[in-house]
Amino acid sequence: MNEVRSPKPAGRSFHAASFDYPSFFFSGLTGLATLLILAILGVILLNIVLNGLPGLSWRFVSTIPKKDFFDLETTGVLPMIVGTTIRVLVMTIFVIPVGVITAIYLTEYAPNTSLVTRLLRAAVNNLAGVPSIVFGLFGLGFFINFIGKNLDALLHNPGPVWGQPAVLWASLTLAVMTLPVVIVATEESLKAIPTGLREASLALGATKLETIVKIVLPQALPGILTGGILAVSRAAGEVAPILFTGVAYYMASLPHKLTDQFMDLGYHVFVLSTQSPNIEQTRPLLYATVLVLLGLTFALNFVAIIIRARVRKKLRALN
Amino acid sequence: MPQRHTTGKRSHGWMGIQRGHRARPLEWLAEKFIFAVSLSTILVVLLIFLFVAREAAPLLFGRMNSAAVQEVIPVGEFDKLSPAQLQQYLGLTPSELAAMDRATLQSLMEVKVEALNEIPAAFRGDPDAHLNTTQWRYLLGPHQWTDYAKPEFIWQPVGQIKKYNIIPLLVGSLKTTLVGLLFAVPLAVGAAIYVSQLARPRVREVVKPTIEMLSGIPSVVVGFFALLVMATVLQSLFGYQTRLNAFVAGIALGFAVIPVVFSIAEDALTSVPQAYTQAALALGSSRWQAAWQIVLPAALPGVFAATVLGFGRAIGETMIVLMVCSASVMSWNIFDSARSITTTIAAEMAEAVSGGPHYRILFLLGAMLFAVTFVLNLIGDVVMHRLKLRLEGKR
Repeated sequence: MNEVRSPKPAGRSFHAASFDYPSFFFSGLTGLATLLILAILGVILLNIVLNGLPGLSWRFVSTIPKKDFFDLETTGVLPMIVGTTIRVLVMTIFVIPVGVITAIYLTEYAPNTSLVTRLLRAAVNNLAGVPSIVFGLFGLGFFINFIGKNLDALLHNPGPVWGQPAVLWASLTLAVMTLPVVIVATEESLKAIPTGLREASLALGATKLETIVKIVLPQALPGILTGGILAVSRAAGEVAPILFTGVAYYMASLPHKLTDQFMDLGYHVFVLSTQSPNIEQTRPLLYATVLVLLGLTFALNFVAIIIRARVRKKLRALN
Repeated sequence: MPQRHTTGKRSHGWMGIQRGHRARPLEWLAEKFIFAVSLSTILVVLLIFLFVAREAAPLLFGRMNSAAVQEVIPVGEFDKLSPAQLQQYLGLTPSELAAMDRATLQSLMEVKVEALNEIPAAFRGDPDAHLNTTQWRYLLGPHQWTDYAKPEFIWQPVGQIKKYNIIPLLVGSLKTTLVGLLFAVPLAVGAAIYVSQLARPRVREVVKPTIEMLSGIPSVVVGFFALLVMATVLQSLFGYQTRLNAFVAGIALGFAVIPVVFSIAEDALTSVPQAYTQAALALGSSRWQAAWQIVLPAALPGVFAATVLGFGRAIGETMIVLMVCSASVMSWNIFDSARSITTTIAAEMAEAVSGGPHYRILFLLGAMLFAVTFVLNLIGDVVMHRLKLRLEGKR
């Protein structure tokens, strides 16, 4: 009965012979690479959070430090938090309108094949890749040395008022730098809006502009928000563009007008870690400052990434 | 009556004038406004290049002279000089010259004479003191300076004889960048293959944004981490001499490059049509074989683009290298210190005299950096664009 052996199914022998060790090995290798990257991220964050938390206190974030700010007991980071916040907020005033309008042009108006559109896209892509230090040089050469100095000459100021590093110039420099961030995020969310919605609006007799303002933009708001948040988070952590355009090593008072210089969290981290007379003593202070900076930029980034993931999901569902 | 185009959502005509602007002037105006605002992006790119290059221009046209000992013209000969000679001699722009009166110019000439008198007599005999070190051969070629045994590349912008050779800075930039890429590209591409081809969808949805979050860490924080933590760990692992060197900086740069390379490579791999993988699997290949032999080759230009853009990101990164190492030494050894182009600009701009040779050279470095990253970005974008067209079967 059992003598008649059914021939082994070809599939099974194939299967048995094919526990594919190379495949297993190499898949594992890529998985390991992924794990390693996640581990790097984890280690950096954990290291900073664990070492930074003990130094953090209400007094620390609400004190204006004395000139010598290397002592954890008496120093504080209030002027840095204020400086970073101000320069970032002023930046959004410039970058969001320009970025959103450009994105609207690119998605709603731009003829796909025209030279201007292609140039515009190339410019956005290139702007995203320009090194941050070059933006700093641009800010110095254009905003301060060209616009600022000429403004001073025009207004017959006795000394330099506009032609020197200031919050305004730093913010404008950052606005130029983060322009592609806002454009790309807004464009993405505009594309995610179904064409049917626009067509319905047009069919009801709304003009194109009315459709954009009343139908498209409200729908795209989460995406615009993401762009804004990403830009803020990127700008808040950048130090290179503000080095020559507005940051100060120390200021006794908070900045109160646009032509003032300011202290900055990121720059302060740089100062503390490179200029400290005794790095071991500064370490707790340094960690606490880094934690504040990371809290500011990273929390924002986290929110933005979550919103963006949702927008992308919506986009994928549509296609 | 002119024929209307019927393709597209709406016909534009020339600048939209063909139709609409009479019927709805506001609409027309808003459209033009939107167009004009969006042009500002192109304008900004042009302005960046223009103004960074403008500050470097006098150097490019050989109008700077950095020699410590220069020919001095006595103030008494003021009237013999033509305006052009005077402008050249005092290093002024034509508008500056026009704005100054006779007394100011003469006092400027006096300052020059006094400056010469302050130079020690022994130093005046040094042949190096008479060199204009902003000439191209000193910027790029090796030179045998006084008291040196052989011609060398030296960047030393302070001191009595300013040495502006940019080769050590180029080497420093390339050294750190290459270490960073060697570290980051295999990791990032491996992770991109895993996330886009092998991982389950639920894993992918968590891992992808998490890796992208790495780009949210400010570079000054990465630099801080490299300086305080990584430098010590790496030194105990590899046991080299100098604690802060190009190797540490390169690995830290890698952290900044990983998210860039990862997201572009992942994008390229994901845009390979599912049908490729499905066909391979149907023919009996394993998932890995499909990913390695079918999807990766198809997306290879994208991986190349990711590497190119990662290179651009790394070479333009400032704060990480600035915090980790800064000595400018001419050496290809990755366990020596290095000073990159970006670091040099960031560290020295504050002390450079506005309008002086040092200042102009820093801007020249900036312009070079801009040009390099511009070209790299262009290459990366074109490659990605073509790849996507090809994968979508449009080419």
